[in-house]
Formats: sequence, C-alpha cells, structure tokens
Amino acid sequence: MPMIEASDLTKRFGDKVAVDHLSFAVQPGRVTGFLGPNGAGKSTTMRLILGLDRPTGGQATIFGKPYAQLSNPLLTVGALLEAKSVHPGRSARNHLLFLAQTQGLPASRVDAVLELVGLGPVSRKRSGAFSLGMSQRLGVAAAMLGDPQVLLLDEPVNGLDPEGVLWIRNLMKQLAAEGRTILVSSHLMNEMAVTADHLIVIGRGKLLADAPTEEVIARGSGQSVRVRTPDADRLIALIRAEGGTAVPATNGNGSNGTAAAPAGSQAAVLTVTGIPAARIGELAASSSIVLHELTPQLASLEDAFLELTAGSLEYGHLDANPADWSSQ
Amino acid sequence: MSAAPTAEYSPVSSQPNLPTRRQGFGHVMLAEWTKIRSVRSTAWTLFLFVVITIGLTALFSWVSAANWNGLHAASRDARILTDPVGFIFGAGIGLGQLTICVLGVLVATTEYSSGVIRASLLAVPKRYPMLAAKVAVFGLLVLVLAEIVAFGSFFVGSAILHQHVVVTLSGPGVLRATLGAGLYLTVLGLLAMGVGALIRHTAGGISIIIGVVLILPILTGLLPDQWFYNHLNAYLPQQAGSLIYAVHQSNTQLLSAWEGFGVLCIWAALLLGVAAYLLDRRDA
Repeated sequence: MPMIEASDLTKRFGDKVAVDHLSFAVQPGRVTGFLGPNGAGKSTTMRLILGLDRPTGGQATIFGKPYAQLSNPLLTVGALLEAKSVHPGRSARNHLLFLAQTQGLPASRVDAVLELVGLGPVSRKRSGAFSLGMSQRLGVAAAMLGDPQVLLLDEPVNGLDPEGVLWIRNLMKQLAAEGRTILVSSHLMNEMAVTADHLIVIGRGKLLADAPTEEVIARGSGQSVRVRTPDADRLIALIRAEGGTAVPATNGNGSNGTAAAPAGSQAAVLTVTGIPAARIGELAASSSIVLHELTPQLASLEDAFLELTAGSLEYGHLDANPADWSSQ
Repeated sequence: MSAAPTAEYSPVSSQPNLPTRRQGFGHVMLAEWTKIRSVRSTAWTLFLFVVITIGLTALFSWVSAANWNGLHAASRDARILTDPVGFIFGAGIGLGQLTICVLGVLVATTEYSSGVIRASLLAVPKRYPMLAAKVAVFGLLVLVLAEIVAFGSFFVGSAILHQHVVVTLSGPGVLRATLGAGLYLTVLGLLAMGVGALIRHTAGGISIIIGVVLILPILTGLLPDQWFYNHLNAYLPQQAGSLIYAVHQSNTQLLSAWEGFGVLCIWAALLLGVAAYLLDRRDA
C-alpha cells in the first residue's frame, strides 16, 4: 500500500500552474527522490501533501487520508520544510516542547530527539543563534518527534557542509531501512543518485519520470569513454573508421571529477561515444597507440535528467534554460 | 559554539509505542501556553503594561493631589470630581492599553514572520481549533494580569487622591468599573490579535491597531456634522469599550457602560471571525 499518494494534484497561483495534474505514489522501505529544477513545483507539492496549501484540483493523501484528517499528525508524518519554521527567540527545546504538547507527547520525548540530533548541549539557547547546520538538525528533530512512519524532507542538504550532508544521507537510508517511507526533494541530481532508490522527476509541475534510480540513469544518454593519449589524431581516425565519435573532452567534464591533463603534457583527452572501452583498447593496441587513460563514464543522473527535461521540451512543456537545473 | 555532531543516527523506534493520547483542545491550549511564555516579547510587553498602567495612574493622581488647590476648580471638577474612578483608570490605561495591543498583534503576526505557522499547522492541521486555543490562552493570560493591574491601579489611585476625594469599591458602579477595566483591556487585546491575524505583518498590524485606538477618535472629531460625529464616535471600539471603566454617565452618552463594552466585544468577535475564516481558506 502506498503511504503517500497524489492523484491528479493541481495547484494554480493566479494563472501560473505550479503543480499540473500530478499523480504518483510513494512506497515504504526506500528513499524516494523528488527531483526537479528550481521552480518545478516540488515544494508546492510537498505543501499540498502536508495540507499547508489547498489544492486547486485533485488530492493528496497519507495512509489514504488527507493530512488534515490525521488525528495526531506528527505521530504519522514528519516534515522538514525548506523554509524556516522556528521563532528565533525561542529555544530549540521550547520549540519541540510545544510541538510535543500538541500531540500529547511527554517532555522526555523532546529531550530524546534533541540527543538524537546532537543538539542536547544547546537545547536551551535561542534558536536564532543557530548555524544553518544546527537549524537543520532542529528541523530533523521536529520531524522525528513523533517517531513517524512517513517523512517528507524538502531540500534537506541545501547549504549544509559535507559532514552535514553525509549525516542527512545516512539518516535517510537508515530510516528507509527501518521500513519507513521517505520522500526527499532535491534539485541536486548527483545527491539523489547516491541517496535515492527510486525517483519521481517533475518539471513545470508535470510528472516526467517515476522509476527506480538506476533505470532513470540508464534511460539517459549513452555511455561514453574517456581516453587520454599523446597520439590523438591517429586514434580519432581509427575510432571514426569504426563508426564512433571522438571529441576533445572539456575540462572538468564528467561528474566523477577526474583531473584534467596536467599542464605541459602532450596527451589530449577525448570523450568517445559509440564504441565500448574494450574495443577502443584493442584499436589502440593494434596500431601501437599509447593510452594514458581509458575510463568508461557512467551517465550521471544529471545527464539523465537533462535528457528527460529536454524530452518534455519536444512536447512544449518546458522552457529549456539549463541554468535552472544545473547542479551547484 | 556548535554542538558536537553525532555521526550516527540511532533509531528511537526501539521505544515501541510513544505514550500519547488523541489530540484534544487541552493539548493545543497547553502548546499555545508554551509558545506564548517562551518568547521574550511576552514578558517584556506585560512588564511594561504593569509598570506603565500603575505608574501613570500613580503619577497623574499624585500630580493632581499635590496641586489640588492650584487647579482651576472647573477643570478639577470636570476631570476628577465628577468621576474620580474614571480619572484613575483613564490615566494609566490611556498608554498602558497600547502594550496589550502590541502583544496581541505580536502573538498573531510572529507566527508568520518567523514561519512557526507552518510548524503549528503541521502539528494542528485543524485551523479553527488552533486559532481558538490561541485566543483562549492569550485572553486568559491578559484577563488575569489586567484584573490585577486594574485593582492595583484603583487602590494606588484612590489612596493618593483620598485626601481630596474618597472612592471605595463599595461605591455605586465602582466595582463594575474596576472589573470592567480588566475586561476592556482583555477584549481590546483580542481585537488587536484579530488585526494581527488578518494583516499577518507586525509593523502593519501595530500601526493599524494604534490608529484604531488613538487616531480614529481624533479623525472623527474633524467631521463637520455633530450628529454624525456623535453616532460614529460612540461605536468606535475604543470609545465604546472605555465606557465600562467610567462610573459617571454623561447625558450626551448614547450607550450605557455595558452596551459600550458589548460594542467592543462585537468588534473583536467580528475581526477574529474574519481572521479565522481567512486562516482556514488561505494557504499558510
């Protein structure tokens, strides 16, 4: 049974359609990534699921009920919203305490979640003095307060340092492994590639993909091979003869961060598509061409995502402006 | 200093069932009480309320008593002797009421400026009960304090003036005026909260409520038509409500003390009602 379900969900702000007849279901026991460029409608969709915004059409349910009909909602659903939701003059403990009281939870539960996220020592300080990382921890504490089965996290790693990113990532995986339902939104494709088991991709409020992460990646552009050789011209000729394409690689291309050729080196770096890495090696060996590097490149989720959104452009749903969805 | 980051998350679900009961109005009221007591603005505005209201009552009473024979007899009669109780309350409440108005606006608007409204509505998605609990908690807090301040003001003011004019709680209408001063301040605070919940913006809300309390009565005074002025003025929230803490009824007065207070209550209920309706309709 899907824990979160959107059916024909639509939200208009004036004449702007933020969420456009969106239907999807989120299953328990895995991390579901909710992916889309900035302004795609991710946050609005989450707010609709959480009953903060009123849908123009369709509905969103959790455990089959609209959010407003859950009797102690925080015991079922935890949410970490991107926008801040803590009074800067109130201590972390008092913020969690009032939330706990609405659910009939004891104060001991507040102290338990504060320890859980590592905010115990600063729990009585004004939360306005918190760093971004600490605020995010407080947000996680609020989401975990009722030990909920369903968690919605809106851009949880935005602005966090690497340590914080790792913490959130492990937390989500662990919670999913416990059988909970995790829906996490992001515009960072690479972050989703390492975190999410399943992806729901939207653009302009419309559903573009709803599939396992590997499938979305595999659907993306064909695999390419990175080749470094001091004898580029001969190799390019051989590759073309085989029906492949070889173009000089641009610096920093490739999401795995492979270093570009060192300065002064005569070796050129090529990106080859259409021929598998093994065949390139054979071609080079047969002509005694020296290779310094031969690396198959996995299509990144970002490539897959660009592919997807470019696809939707063909049907006229999306203004292609790569700056909107490039990872930062 | 930042907290030592815990690298690993240890599941708390080992606690199998969290002890809890179905969400009720009492839970929501308790939470609203935690909210209101855990921000500094509450303590500050209420501290200023007590100090300003009782302090100004004492100051005005003392200045009047000390210069009793220097005062023009006519103005002394008009200002103090005809209604010493009204004089005592008017002196302190005139400014003291603004602190309650500010707190009323803040209680509503800081939910929006800080974004706490999102956390609140996630915890209590039924919006009418959430606002009702806020109204109840703020109303009770102000009522208790305002009654204490009202009786305090009365005893301080009457003690200072007693050489010249004797007023006691047992005098006709005096107890009603004293209790009424506290009621007036409470309902005015709720009106301010309604303004805040409608405007959702602190500076805007405070400006409007100060305009209603202080500026509007002056503006209506500029109206050329006397009959129109009298009738409009009588039904302004502050003008109507303040009748409850006076003892003397002037014969030009359109409303009785309780009628005036009723008009103030209607204003407050109207604003809170519209605010509640919009809270339920609008996106948070």
